[in-house]
Amino acid sequence: MNAIVRIEGITKVYQMGEETVHALRGVSLTVSQGEFVAIMGSSGSGKSTCMHILGCLDRPTSGQYVLDGVAVENMGKNELAEIRNKKLGFVFQGFNLLSRTSALDNVELPLVYGGMPPNKRRQCAMEALDMVGLGERAGHLSNQLSGGQQQRVAIARALAGNPALILADEPTGNLDSHMSEEIMDIFKNLNSKGKTIIMVTHEPDIAAHASRRITFKDGLIIDDTGPAVIPFPGAEA
Amino acid sequence: MDILLPIKIAARALRVNLMRSFLTMLGIMIGIGAVIIMVAVGTGATKQISDQIATMGSNLIIILPGSTTSSGAHSGMGSAPTLTFDDVKAIRSECPAVLRVAPEQRGTAQMVAANMNWSTGIIGTTPDFLLIRDWKIASGREMTENDVDMAQKVCILGATVAENLFGDEDPVGKQVRIKGVPFQVIGLLEAKGRSAQGTDQDDTAFLPVTTAQRKIIGNAFPGTVGPTLVQAVSEAKLTQAQEEILALLDQRHHVGANKERDYTVRNLSEILAVAQQSAKTMSMLLGAVASISLIVGGIGIMNIMLVSVTERTREIGIRMAIGAKERDILLQFLAEAVLLTMLGGFIGIVLGVAGAYTISGIFGWPTLISSQAIGLAVAFSSAIGIFFGFYPARKAAGLNPIDALRYE
Repeated sequence: MNAIVRIEGITKVYQMGEETVHALRGVSLTVSQGEFVAIMGSSGSGKSTCMHILGCLDRPTSGQYVLDGVAVENMGKNELAEIRNKKLGFVFQGFNLLSRTSALDNVELPLVYGGMPPNKRRQCAMEALDMVGLGERAGHLSNQLSGGQQQRVAIARALAGNPALILADEPTGNLDSHMSEEIMDIFKNLNSKGKTIIMVTHEPDIAAHASRRITFKDGLIIDDTGPAVIPFPGAEA
Repeated sequence: MDILLPIKIAARALRVNLMRSFLTMLGIMIGIGAVIIMVAVGTGATKQISDQIATMGSNLIIILPGSTTSSGAHSGMGSAPTLTFDDVKAIRSECPAVLRVAPEQRGTAQMVAANMNWSTGIIGTTPDFLLIRDWKIASGREMTENDVDMAQKVCILGATVAENLFGDEDPVGKQVRIKGVPFQVIGLLEAKGRSAQGTDQDDTAFLPVTTAQRKIIGNAFPGTVGPTLVQAVSEAKLTQAQEEILALLDQRHHVGANKERDYTVRNLSEILAVAQQSAKTMSMLLGAVASISLIVGGIGIMNIMLVSVTERTREIGIRMAIGAKERDILLQFLAEAVLLTMLGGFIGIVLGVAGAYTISGIFGWPTLISSQAIGLAVAFSSAIGIFFGFYPARKAAGLNPIDALRYE
């Protein structure tokens, strides 16, 4: 089993005006391929900060981060953009699709930045849309879709580049329970096909869908149900 | 990465905000249009002045007879008949840098042909005159040396005179009476149009200078001539011709310690240069004023781009999260600004050209649309696009992805 994510002693310190905020106080975590991890915790617990660091959107103050075999903690802005493009797929609470843009174009966007030729990226984007069951709505503009459909487009966008890791930040936060179930079904389906997923949520019933639950409090991991499939200790990182 | 991509993204963003894009472009449109119109008007005026001056002839020097001095009071130049016909002949034969010399004896006379009459300017001169002025004969023949030497009663008519006396008929060979003296019309001149001063150059009749002096204008000092036009061999020889004339006339008029120079020699090319210079200054001034509106338009674009960056901070965040590099964001916003200015510039060129034609049509001003002005306008508008687009684009590209994503 490959370790997709391995962080070691990660800290994050902000300066909020006069006040120094210790958002993360030394977090270590290893997530292996094929895991479905839910990160939980109250607001201010550091779970979102951890998510941003895992997503290469933010850099840790100190500590090591190896993503899919690549050390990323000292990378520059453009290298991180490259990593986000090739190795990560994001699903946000607010969907974050480009408005007035068709579902297909939205899904194609990461492939466009990745430099995939037009024919191939159209094909990949269509496959991703089919995977979330929105193949026949490819031409719809994002603002013509329902919230659940928008989130499915966002998942398709995250999938399109075939990333090593899918990060979901409160993916069901803006959806009703019925649609939330739909989204979680998609995630479980993807996970069963071997996709590694890390999801931040504060709803226990959503977290229950995951195979592993980690709880943050005051910048530290206070509870970890542990990997469902325990990787062999000292396995190749 | 796809090179056209930033342009496609930018085009979409502009289409989505059609009204705002149009209003932003308006500044550039007006700016470019104004530059083109102003430069066209300025260049047109310069060209008109040059053309008018060119109708006077090229490489010209004018010799004016001196002034009378009576009890120390100078009268104006040309008031004393100090230049003789012999002087003219001497200049012609003895100055190598001089190509042609033509004295002018001007007057006004009533001309009568059959039952028509017309009062016009009479110029008594030599055959050289029409050659210097590069004035062609439309029908009939030119004046000859013989006509001058024999003081023949022949005349060449300007187009306006011929039209007033003979209508559409060819006047060549017909009789006209000038101050009661019968003359034969030997030639009709091509129409030349207005002079730089606005007078009708075609409203003139040319006679041999000898005939004019004896029969029509009268001259208290026989053998003298009025202002005399001299044409140098070439532009390069102008100064040399001037010096030769001065030397010759000084000698002939015994100018020295005891005698002031009693004539003046002037180079007409200098007048041309001054007139052109002032017209050029004028058109540059017009262009400068118009450029200010271009700069204002550019600032308008920067303003809109800054608003656009702020408004789309979230979009920038999304793009960054899924892998857009700094350069991608920079190019996207730069392309948007350049597209705006180029599009505005193009419409401005169309407006400017149309405007210049309209001005020509309505006010009768000559306008000359120069390809340089258009090229300059295009270069300037894209430069403005890049210059004023760069700061907002840089600002967008420099955003931290996490801050951009969180932006509400």
